[in-house]
Amino acid sequence: MQIPDVSSTWENEISSVTIGATEEEGGTRSRTITIGGETTMPYLHFEGTMPNRPVLAFEIWDVRPEDWPPITKEPFEDVMGNPVEWAQKCEEDFDPDLLSLRLMGCDPYGEDRSPEGAAKTVEKVLEATTLPLIIWGSGDEEKDNEVFTLVSPAAEGENCLLGTITEDNYRTLAALGKADDHKVIAESPVDINIAKQVNTLALDVGYDLENIVIFPNSPALGYGIEYVYSIMERTRLAGLKGDRLMAQPMLANIGGEVWKTKEAKITAEERPNWGDHRKRGPLWEATTAFTYLQAGADLVIMRHPEALNEVGRKIDRLMDSGGE
Amino acid sequence: MILIGERINAGFSDVKQALQEKDPEEIENLAKRQADAGADYLDINMGAVSKDPDDMIWLVEIVQDTVDTPISIDSQDPNIVEPALEACNGKSMINSTTAQDEKLDKLIPLAVEHDASIIGITSGEEGAPQDVNGRLEHGAKIFTSANEHGLDVDNLFIDPVAMPLKFMQEQASNLLEAINQLSNISDPPPHISLGISNMSSDASEKSLINRTFLVMAMAVGLDAAICDVFDKKLINSVATAEMILNEEIYNDSFIETYRMN
Repeated sequence: MQIPDVSSTWENEISSVTIGATEEEGGTRSRTITIGGETTMPYLHFEGTMPNRPVLAFEIWDVRPEDWPPITKEPFEDVMGNPVEWAQKCEEDFDPDLLSLRLMGCDPYGEDRSPEGAAKTVEKVLEATTLPLIIWGSGDEEKDNEVFTLVSPAAEGENCLLGTITEDNYRTLAALGKADDHKVIAESPVDINIAKQVNTLALDVGYDLENIVIFPNSPALGYGIEYVYSIMERTRLAGLKGDRLMAQPMLANIGGEVWKTKEAKITAEERPNWGDHRKRGPLWEATTAFTYLQAGADLVIMRHPEALNEVGRKIDRLMDSGGE
Repeated sequence: MILIGERINAGFSDVKQALQEKDPEEIENLAKRQADAGADYLDINMGAVSKDPDDMIWLVEIVQDTVDTPISIDSQDPNIVEPALEACNGKSMINSTTAQDEKLDKLIPLAVEHDASIIGITSGEEGAPQDVNGRLEHGAKIFTSANEHGLDVDNLFIDPVAMPLKFMQEQASNLLEAINQLSNISDPPPHISLGISNMSSDASEKSLINRTFLVMAMAVGLDAAICDVFDKKLINSVATAEMILNEEIYNDSFIETYRMN
């Protein structure tokens, strides 16, 4: 039986976003990473092209993350609390595509570290590593604006990916990103309408759509992943059909979501019939990552080295030989 | 929605004067303002002022030196259309052919040769029919001819002819039904287009009539319009209708977003 040709043609291409800058480009990274550029839905190699392999980043904090479950801390036990060494260890031992530094220490309800301290941390991490860098604030909008006001110029020239701009807080980071030539993450709370609105607002204040990565939030497997799956799918379809406000690469930041679920963190001792948590936890993280990759994620930020390796192999298979 | 800006038309006195005096300034100004207002094509119509292909080429060159927006050559005379298409650098459109054989056989091959779009108006030897069936018959003939000549269906626009509401009130519902049926003529369908301003000819409340009809027509399959892109309320209505039809994803600044897109 002849198989019918079901390939579609699309009007538009997803924008390509490059993160990092080498010495030639005014930075100090050993390489740059480009994401996006698709002319088809994920991995439909028979229909269009995915010129850039989806990439994986490791999550690093500026402070010791006390609430991470033990198995996510074990691989980094000796370096947690020292972001420079932690970043070096990730880069040297586990070979991610990028590093993702979260400045959680600046949280005003936590250690409330100063913007000056955060800028120093970023400088030191950049000095000690060579991979392109993603930088997140603590999530407190007011404090993040103060922090990025010093962090963004401290990383000038390195073409980092800074996050996040939101519907209610976009002016400061968009202006900094533009001034210091960084890319920005546009965050929306599981809501495609707000995702489009954030991009509209960023464009309205003069931030280039070509420099935005969409982050629609990333609930873990079992906790609403299907909502974001369909949001990412609709976003990508709209982008390919010609909506240039939806034609950006997308990221999933899954570590914090996966590792707060009971399925990932409850130990085999606590729940013997759930099996070995040392396998179950990383598998939960990897399965969450696979799902977002299938939905169109171009960049996934992860925590556990085994999960990261497994997902890397999966991406190789999806990208190889027409994705068979 | 594909918007074809109607304003560079020598029926308007400013364009007539610019064409007669070969003064490019007003043409440049209209081209730029229509492009900024969101026109996807800029229609160029010399009206009764000139039948000289060189005048059309003069207009085409001014417009494309000013903006990148594709140009719609508003003429059914192959002696004007052909050199004008050759003068166009990028995507272009022929506006228009009727369903008459001698026009179809000359103008559609020109569209194919230049990868141009073409509007086919559902009008034959006897003029434009007023009923649904007459419109469909001519529409089917245009569609078949385009197909036979190898025109990409995405380059075909069928125009079932808007007639003035004030004088032919019963026409509007026939027109809506014709749009509905023509938009199901094939899968994928051709574009369905209308000269919207004809609806409100000589009427009061022109803008209100135009935008109300345009939205009703969009709901039954209209996806292109030759219209006044300076009419903000019309364009805002298009943006809103596209969202209601789920063709665009909603966001709170959707009017602004529509203009950005």
